[in-house]
Amino acid sequence: MTTETIKPSIWAFANPTRFMGFANKAIPILAIITFILLAVGLWMSLNAPEDYQQGYTVLIMFIHVPAAWLAMMSYSVMSISAIGTIVWRHPLADVSLRSAAPLGAMFTILALATGSLWGKPMWGTWWEWDARMTSVLVLLIIYLGLIALAKAFDEPSEAALPLAVMTLTGFAIIPIIKFSVDWWNTLHQPASVSRFDRPAMGPEFLYPLLIMALAYMAIFFTLHMMSMRNEVLSRRIRTLKMQVARKPKTGEA
Amino acid sequence: MFALLKREILLSIRAGGGALTGVLFFLAVVSVFPFAVGPDTKLLTHLAPAVLWIGALLASLLGLDRLFAQEREDGSLDLLVMQPHPLAITIFIKAIAHWLMTGLPLVLATPLFGIMLNLSPLGIGATMITLLAGTPAIAFIGTVGAAVSVKLPRGGMLISVLVLPLVIPILIFGVAAITGALEDPAPFTSPFLFVCAITLFTSVIGPLAASVMLRHSAD
Repeated sequence: MTTETIKPSIWAFANPTRFMGFANKAIPILAIITFILLAVGLWMSLNAPEDYQQGYTVLIMFIHVPAAWLAMMSYSVMSISAIGTIVWRHPLADVSLRSAAPLGAMFTILALATGSLWGKPMWGTWWEWDARMTSVLVLLIIYLGLIALAKAFDEPSEAALPLAVMTLTGFAIIPIIKFSVDWWNTLHQPASVSRFDRPAMGPEFLYPLLIMALAYMAIFFTLHMMSMRNEVLSRRIRTLKMQVARKPKTGEA
Repeated sequence: MFALLKREILLSIRAGGGALTGVLFFLAVVSVFPFAVGPDTKLLTHLAPAVLWIGALLASLLGLDRLFAQEREDGSLDLLVMQPHPLAITIFIKAIAHWLMTGLPLVLATPLFGIMLNLSPLGIGATMITLLAGTPAIAFIGTVGAAVSVKLPRGGMLISVLVLPLVIPILIFGVAAITGALEDPAPFTSPFLFVCAITLFTSVIGPLAASVMLRHSAD
């Protein structure tokens, strides 16, 4: 690639310095957007009316549902990054994949934890081997497996392709898992599971939920950008360390 | 193609009882269950399809980490990668050979373990058919895990962690099909067809993903 004709494309960010410049500018803006959205979203959520069946516990929805959405969105971001690694060998795609994995795992844990807290008063149990919960749990295992894979290589650049291939394979199979788990549940547990009837969602619930979803997305992109910046920096430190280690020590011998 | 298949099978036989070790592991897993659950025949019969499937699943995962690692060590992996025909087909053959040496013996050993767990003849037949249709998928998905961790010195555990979540559908549909065969209202055909479909799906996607990985990891 010639450096003199950099067009405004993703290739411009193949140069880490350029990306760092962009990230340094973008992170404060993203952080401010996140703060505003989160403040508005929380305010709207807390002012949402009580549900006639669930009382105050319905408020858990505003932190639970967006977390579950983000758990899936993180995997999509990782899969797009994986395509970037396999097809274009974009150096930042690997950084992006690696940085998104712990975030996705955190949102998945958040979704499971808040769901469990919501399930206790509503269903009377912390955990039910329900189709949704089980498939989210499997997603968490996949995330943790990918993180373990990323950490298993000594040289971070060597992990790029294995991670990308495994992520994409997971992406192809996750719909099957999701579907099969749904199917498995209906076979073994018919309507006996105390199904929770969601109230037809009125605007007083829908708008706070959507704002909260946007706020969560802003959190994700802010943290993702910060974590990518950290990854680039830590690779630079690693390279510098290697250079220092390679240099013969002066003064000795 | 057949030469490769023959080579793989000969290698795994002469390397010292790959197939037998798998069956032995299967036996060990199956016999551990009554100790954990208690020797309640009725309960064991009820659990038998699940026990047999889990045993087969774990046994199929056993040799996966050696699938490409051995070839990488002696350098023949580079030769396989440089062959004129598509690498995915080579990997497909290797997966088939791996299944013939680990999956098929388990299927053949199933009647014995089925009798031990007091499973009815119909149940044994259903278990054999579903294992026959389902275990190749584990080998196909396993090729991806093996290819991804080929460079890792201790990839065995990692492969299992990566592959197990992906084979959950096969387990679900396999056990569902056996339950369908044994209990009246539940269907047998549709979960069984799902098992076949997943095996066919993974037979394409597994070797393809593994070949992308291996082509670039060859150095």
